[in-house]
Amino acid sequence: MADEERIAIDSDADVVTARQRARELAAGLDLSSTDQTLLATAISEVARNITHYATRGEVRLRVIQDRDGRMGVEVVAQDNGPGIEDLDLAMQDGYTTGGGLGLGLPGARRLVDEFDVQSAAGEGTTVKLIKWARAPIRPALRSHRV
Amino acid sequence: MAVPILKQGPVLIASIQTALTDTDVLQLREDVMAQVTRHRSRGIIVDVTSLDVMDSFVSRSLRGIAHMTRLRGAETVIVGIQPEVAFAMVQLGMQFEDVQTALDLEEGLALLSTQLKEPLAGGG
Amino acid sequence: MADSTPEPAHPAHPDGHGDASALLRELVAHLRANRTQLREEWARRIGEAALLTALSQEEIFSEATSVYDNYVEVLETGSVEALQDYARNLSERIIPRGVEVDEVVGIVLLLRDVLARSLFKKYQSDFELLNRVLDAYEPAANRISNIVAGNFVGERERVIRQQQEAIRELSTPVLQVRERLLILPIIGVLDGQRARQLTEQLLRGIRDNRAKVVVIDITGVPTIDSTVANHLVQTVEASRLMGASVIITGLSSDIAQTLVTLGVDLSKVNAVGDLQGGIEEAERLLGYEVTQGDYLAPEGR
Repeated sequence: MADEERIAIDSDADVVTARQRARELAAGLDLSSTDQTLLATAISEVARNITHYATRGEVRLRVIQDRDGRMGVEVVAQDNGPGIEDLDLAMQDGYTTGGGLGLGLPGARRLVDEFDVQSAAGEGTTVKLIKWARAPIRPALRSHRV
Repeated sequence: MAVPILKQGPVLIASIQTALTDTDVLQLREDVMAQVTRHRSRGIIVDVTSLDVMDSFVSRSLRGIAHMTRLRGAETVIVGIQPEVAFAMVQLGMQFEDVQTALDLEEGLALLSTQLKEPLAGGG
Repeated sequence: MADSTPEPAHPAHPDGHGDASALLRELVAHLRANRTQLREEWARRIGEAALLTALSQEEIFSEATSVYDNYVEVLETGSVEALQDYARNLSERIIPRGVEVDEVVGIVLLLRDVLARSLFKKYQSDFELLNRVLDAYEPAANRISNIVAGNFVGERERVIRQQQEAIRELSTPVLQVRERLLILPIIGVLDGQRARQLTEQLLRGIRDNRAKVVVIDITGVPTIDSTVANHLVQTVEASRLMGASVIITGLSSDIAQTLVTLGVDLSKVNAVGDLQGGIEEAERLLGYEVTQGDYLAPEGR
């Protein structure tokens, strides 16, 4: 497994850095340019909450691989902000009313393959996103090396 | 980094060159309003061809610019939204219905030209 | 350990592992000594079983020789790298010739049988020794079979996926009919993945062809589900963001019903009955005038 990259989010310029780095990682895994954009956009949505509501936070990026050999980019956005008291409300989809408490979480979820948010009032928020590459071209052989 | 705004007759053209931070976006809104007032512009083209990401904040802000400038008598056209960006925007559920869009600068100028009933350099 | 190597079923000797090595060595020597005869027998039985019919006799014998020699090398060295490389190479060569999975599995099993029978013959007077030889032979033979068949299947899946991708691309052409007008005829059942691919292709087409109007014809689509319906609506919205308006034609009453049931706001969708009507509407939007079958240039140009 590859190393983790940590990008401190102190200003909104860091949000740009984080999403561009994620895009580069995704490009390295041959994700389509559309998928790269979806991932970068999701990060932008989620990382913004760090700059708007928290004093400190970071984005951690990692290249991951599942059991079938499929590669993906995992993004964890964590902050020390006030936390989200009502997660259900935050994840509520409301196209026309801009639902989700304006945190952009339901929108970000639509852009990625796997999405998880952990948060509690006063305890900060951690959002995890995963964008997978399409199925591997050559399936990983169950090797029989001696 | 400030977005350069050029005046072309009755129309302003704001060309976004690099990735926008939220601060840049707010700055752009201020600058556009100031220029529209100063020149009594009747149209604004915001060119986002170089943007590889348009998230909900940027989208909301551009809508805000369009609404505010309309109140000042100027019509805004957003041009240059890239295929992947357009795709991401609709997945995100961004409502852009009340904002005019066109393929690129040339199309944007042509559109404004028709609406303002005035020939514009580069259009038609 | 990284991989499970099947344990010999009856380790008859206290010194099980060392004995197995010695037996394997003896086995390898036997395979070398009888190389010509066993290869020929194998090739003959492949012919009798009507396998690898896509290959000529010479080709079968040549491949049989390579597999045989690799087989012996695995038994001798324990290293499967050469065999894996060969198996991959073989798969890449014979798949385009139309060789099927059951044929590859079949020839591998035949080789096992040919070799096993020759072992029966050699050790027929010592049943206990035969058992020990087979115990040493079995796991190695299994591993070899898995590698060859496994490589073939993996390669085949890769080829099939590539072909599917190519078919998807071909079956969703974005046509530029006249300036600034694109037509996207969709035929067949749409699934979520194909619908998404269509959207991406169309949006790129709008940019590359500088289209102002797009006609999406779904006459050839029998049914759609909510995922695809959403994609359709998103396609319309995304096209609009790029400055193009969309006309949907061939909307059957069935599909219209589905869309309504799904809560899609049909008033947002510019739908025209058939493709011809859609093209005329598009041309009207573009400022063309149709008079007695002639096309006048758009006004003002």
